[in-house]
Amino acid sequence: MSPDPFALSCPRPLRHDTVQLAHGGGGRLMKDLIEKVFLPALGTDPQGLHDSAVLEAGGARLAFTTDGFVVHPRRFPGGDLGELAVYGTVNDLAMAGARPLALSAAFILEEGLPFEELTGLVRSLRAAADRCGVRVVTGDTKVVDRGKGDGIFITTTGVGLVPPGVEVHPRRVAPGDAVLVSGDLGRHGIAVMSVREGLAFETPIASDCGPVHHLAAALLEDGLDIHCLRDPTRGGLASVLNEIASAAGVAIEAREEAVPVDEAVAAACEILGLDPLYVACEGRLVAFLPAAQADRALTLLRAHPEGIGATVIGRVLDGPAGRVTLRTSLGTTRLLDLLSGEQLPRIC
Amino acid sequence: MKYVDEFRDGHRARVLAEAIRRKVTRPWSLMEVCGGQTHSIVRFGLDELLPPEVSLIHGPGCPVCVTPVALIDQALAIAARPEVTFCSFGDMLRVPGSAEDLFAVKSRGADVRVVYSPLDALALARELPHREVVFFAVGFETTAPANALAVAQARKEGLENFSILVSHVRVPPALEAILASPQRRVDAFLAAGHVCTIMGTEEYVPLAAKHHVPIVVTAFEPVDLLQGILMAVSQLEEGRAEVENQYARLVQAGGNRPAQALIQEVFQVVDRTWRGIGGIPESGFGLRPEYVRYDAAQRFAVSEVGGAESPDCQSGLVLQGLLKPMDCPAFGKACTPDHPLGATMVSSEGACAAYYRYRRFAPVETR
Repeated sequence: MSPDPFALSCPRPLRHDTVQLAHGGGGRLMKDLIEKVFLPALGTDPQGLHDSAVLEAGGARLAFTTDGFVVHPRRFPGGDLGELAVYGTVNDLAMAGARPLALSAAFILEEGLPFEELTGLVRSLRAAADRCGVRVVTGDTKVVDRGKGDGIFITTTGVGLVPPGVEVHPRRVAPGDAVLVSGDLGRHGIAVMSVREGLAFETPIASDCGPVHHLAAALLEDGLDIHCLRDPTRGGLASVLNEIASAAGVAIEAREEAVPVDEAVAAACEILGLDPLYVACEGRLVAFLPAAQADRALTLLRAHPEGIGATVIGRVLDGPAGRVTLRTSLGTTRLLDLLSGEQLPRIC
Repeated sequence: MKYVDEFRDGHRARVLAEAIRRKVTRPWSLMEVCGGQTHSIVRFGLDELLPPEVSLIHGPGCPVCVTPVALIDQALAIAARPEVTFCSFGDMLRVPGSAEDLFAVKSRGADVRVVYSPLDALALARELPHREVVFFAVGFETTAPANALAVAQARKEGLENFSILVSHVRVPPALEAILASPQRRVDAFLAAGHVCTIMGTEEYVPLAAKHHVPIVVTAFEPVDLLQGILMAVSQLEEGRAEVENQYARLVQAGGNRPAQALIQEVFQVVDRTWRGIGGIPESGFGLRPEYVRYDAAQRFAVSEVGGAESPDCQSGLVLQGLLKPMDCPAFGKACTPDHPLGATMVSSEGACAAYYRYRRFAPVETR
């Protein structure tokens, strides 16, 4: 047979009339959702978007943030939903350079949720708050019909105090900055996936779920000129670098060999066809600061058990704005792009 | 990571690239058949290491990309049924049919699940005896044995609520079609390593002889690919046209006989339509008559379902190596991973998606 003439195929472009899962994936569709639905209706912070908003009130600067937690399964190796609800919000406050003050917690409970499980999660939420030195000072409870919720959803809101002189914001990131991570990447995403999908790996992988506010404080209290901090949650390191490069109008280059990924996480990613640079962490921070101060920052981070794996993974370059590239182990360069939604495990 | 790091070693890669540079005396076009190879080449920037004489053409070996739109529409029709739990590998969920994708059907309430193996779908069928569990059996020869095993197992257990929607394709007839094309630009093939772990290398020997084309069975890591390219270029420069095996650590000439026997038991060779390419005789697997009651297309009477294809997307040319993704007028404009015109922009193994993700801009000059 002759393959000519070929019947070319082309479906018409998809238009999303409804919310898709990928709109919550931390990638380009989520950015679209925020920019096209929420910001036009609700207005935007003239300072630009960050993990926390910073509000001036009576001479003080308050960091203010909120986060919803819907992780399934609710218990995973290395943590649970209750802890995550505290650390997620405490870490978002810390990324604005703030010292966490207090949290609120709102619970949406599904009819039929066993009290034993609820009590366990609330206890671990309390233990996490104690560990971070914050109190849960207000809350709310709603119960929905069976089938109208996934057992339990928790939303926490946090306020924190930004110390005088601290100015941590994406717009401050500048060419010449070094990019640091506080430890190895991708543990949380793979830990949750391994339980959710019933994947058993030879080496069990525990989530990195934990607070990083003390790491941020160590850097700031030493007087380092921290330009920006971010915790690489949904969408992973690659999404953080893309967001910062766009917000600051700079280019960022990461070095593949420098990015720390645990052997077991790397192996799991290879098997599933995932790129660890896009897999979520829940106990890591990414810091941007002048390259000359990078060594000092590493020393400070490594003094804490949670920062022992801290390392420099890249640098900020002078434009083109928003471009993030990866120097591969072979010495070639490729784009490190924002994904559309979450990564999908591939066929073979 | 053991068995991976040594095949991503920068020094070994540069030594091989240098050997290719020394060997080559004139322009050659090599087609890497498998989408996994394309992905590695673009992800690691291997083409940057090659001399200008060697051009790589990306082949049709992405199972997601070549699954015809009619079959996606059938999958959507089945998945939308209230009694069905539809199971698929992750990267099929975002592939557009003629109107929408599986994610959209899921968002309206369909029970669509990502699984990692057809045996996971089989386990679901056992767990959910009152649901019709359907697995979307897509892929080349690599995934055929596991799918055959699932069907054979379902029959053995008498699981009547399990079926598969089959869209299996075979590599050799596609290579034959590419070689027979009057627009042929391919001087040599890097054959798909994983396909050959199952099928072996023997069925490529007649193809190499008939068309006088070197075929090098090649794996997926950077050092593997560069070694495969060196072997192919050496053959071309020396006027040889043989089947060689770069992936000897896994591929045997006879392949995996028990896996082949499973395929034989459950599937038979059938004609298939390739998305963007058209009909190719004997280029796929379908269920044998003894197993036809596990055929989801028949069970749900969707064989006639299938939307029309529009003429704008050029993925057919991309899949035959006649067009580079970035030379397509729609690339990065009308066609992006968020709004893909064709499957090559969706799958992680699709050539357009690989270029979009890794190469949308020229590399930055840095030292």
